[in-house]
Amino acid sequence: MSTLEIKDLHVSVDTEDGAKEILKGVTLTIKDGETHAIMGPNGSGKSTLAYSIAGHPKYTITSGTVTIDGEDVLEMSVDERAKAGLFLAMQYPVEVPGVSVANFLRTAKTALDGEAPKLRTWVKDVNGALEQMNLDPAFSQRSVNEGFSGGEKKRHEIAQMDLLDPKVALLDEIDSGLDIDALKVVSEGINRFKERDGKGVLLITHYTRILRYVKPDFVHVFVNGKIAEEGGPELADQLEAEGYDKYVKAAV
Amino acid sequence: MVRPVETTYDESNFQVTVTENLSSALELDKVESHLHPEGSFDLADHAVPTGREEIWRFTPLKRLRGLHADAPLGGSFFSADLTVPEGVEAAVVDSADAGRGVSGLVPWDRIAARTWDAAARTLTVRIPKELVADQPVYVDVKGTATSADDEATASHVVITAEPFSQATVVLRFTGSMTLADNVEIVVGDGAQLTVVSIDDWADDAVHVGHRHVRVGRDASFKHVDVTFGGSVVRHDTTAEYAGAGGSVDMLGLYFADAGQHIEHRLFVDHTAPNTKSNVVYKGALQGEGARTVWIGNVLIRKVAEGIETYEENRNLVLTDGCQADSVPNLEIETGEIAGAGHASATGRFDDNQLFYLRSRGVSEKEARRLVVHGFFNDLIRHINVPELEESLFATVEAELAKNVLAEA
Repeated sequence: MSTLEIKDLHVSVDTEDGAKEILKGVTLTIKDGETHAIMGPNGSGKSTLAYSIAGHPKYTITSGTVTIDGEDVLEMSVDERAKAGLFLAMQYPVEVPGVSVANFLRTAKTALDGEAPKLRTWVKDVNGALEQMNLDPAFSQRSVNEGFSGGEKKRHEIAQMDLLDPKVALLDEIDSGLDIDALKVVSEGINRFKERDGKGVLLITHYTRILRYVKPDFVHVFVNGKIAEEGGPELADQLEAEGYDKYVKAAV
Repeated sequence: MVRPVETTYDESNFQVTVTENLSSALELDKVESHLHPEGSFDLADHAVPTGREEIWRFTPLKRLRGLHADAPLGGSFFSADLTVPEGVEAAVVDSADAGRGVSGLVPWDRIAARTWDAAARTLTVRIPKELVADQPVYVDVKGTATSADDEATASHVVITAEPFSQATVVLRFTGSMTLADNVEIVVGDGAQLTVVSIDDWADDAVHVGHRHVRVGRDASFKHVDVTFGGSVVRHDTTAEYAGAGGSVDMLGLYFADAGQHIEHRLFVDHTAPNTKSNVVYKGALQGEGARTVWIGNVLIRKVAEGIETYEENRNLVLTDGCQADSVPNLEIETGEIAGAGHASATGRFDDNQLFYLRSRGVSEKEARRLVVHGFFNDLIRHINVPELEESLFATVEAELAKNVLAEA
């Protein structure tokens, strides 16, 4: 079982004009096997939510709590959060020149498991995960994210999720910049992950397009650092038809 | 004094008159440029530096043990081992018989001039015409000095790769001593030569080296300069081309610890058309007073049409208290070139890189280790001497263990 519980989370960032509050009280619970979509206009704080949960140093939590299976996430270091079962797929994955995908994946797996993976099955697992994302086995010899196309970066993120097998995956705009073929490959990867026992998914997106392939159990509309409305998958259809306008106006 | 075979120097105005390979139509006149070192074999032309000169202003003269002034250079506190693959000839001969000057080296500073005068014996390494050496040549120099007062050593090396030969020569420096050396390298037409220099000195060694290469027509030369040890290490590495189509790679990897001064001064003189140069130096600094200097000079002469050059220096500052100077200079006398560029960047760990790695469960310490390994990794692969890769990675690891890994 895995439950990610976010309660009244307030987050700010330092700007030239002092601290600016981005999240203004977010409450959200992701239970076993649930997929939640967070949708909202640019600048509404969707990404901030993902990065604060993962522990990016840029963000300061001013109040509220985040727990995973009852454990205090905010007390943990970034790598401890990963060990507790969190995974963040980034909108703009970072280049690490000179570090091969293979080395990166093995190092991460070793860190998470506390022991090195068995060589023979591991190579097979890696190649299998890459293949499912339409990535050539030679991909594992390239430097992490260096010179990757936008689509390759996103497929690489999903291959990592597959191999590292977290409890809860935070997917930040995993669909941005993908053509329709890549979007299908990425969506299938997310769906395979969802089918595993007790996995939670927080899918952050600007567009409804990906929700045709990955079915959310809940949809939250995020505006101005808060959840403005919640509903089932039908809310996504409504957003597709009407856009965010009425929520943005209401928030002003 | 032995003069270069095909070149004569008129020392009154340093005009270079080329009589053999290059016609005078190539206009290899003196270029009015501070990049262009004016050499002289006469020590009187090289005043004792004060430290204010452009070429000395970064160097801690006080720590050079008088190499730049008048300290005697007759010491021999070292042992040298040669490992020579079949077909390659290596010998230590009287300097008068060594064919010195064949690379076109004319001492361009006082230490080089003093070294020229003081080096009685010269190591010659000759890779005969068309020979493809299957193993590297190793020259292992081990310093045996026990005190900073032990007399400094002057040495001279001449490496000649004859036309169409292929070889790798590795110069390894360990132990402790005060060394001033001149290394001349001649790469014959169509030859491919790699020279690797590894300064893995003990912490109290002082090494001032001058290396000059003349690259033949369609020849390729790769110089790899790895600097880990020593108290003060200053290397001047310069290249010129004897014919069109030559290619030079200069790769450098250095790691400065507390109190260490590591200085690299490079000069690529594009003296022939359609030549190439690619300079990439990467360094890491850690600990109080760690200091690195990188000067990357490139001169593209009027004659050097269609050339391509790129130089790059990157420094990773791992702790507080370090200083990295990085000065790329590019002087272009012709507009008819294929490409010319340079880049320099000095910075600390990238927070986003560390965050990305840590968000996958990798500890901060391990993330830092990965980033530094990655930083040097590309460069080590480009060295392309498989025999050395392993030990270079191990040395990087050992350097990291001193500080970055110990701290986190």
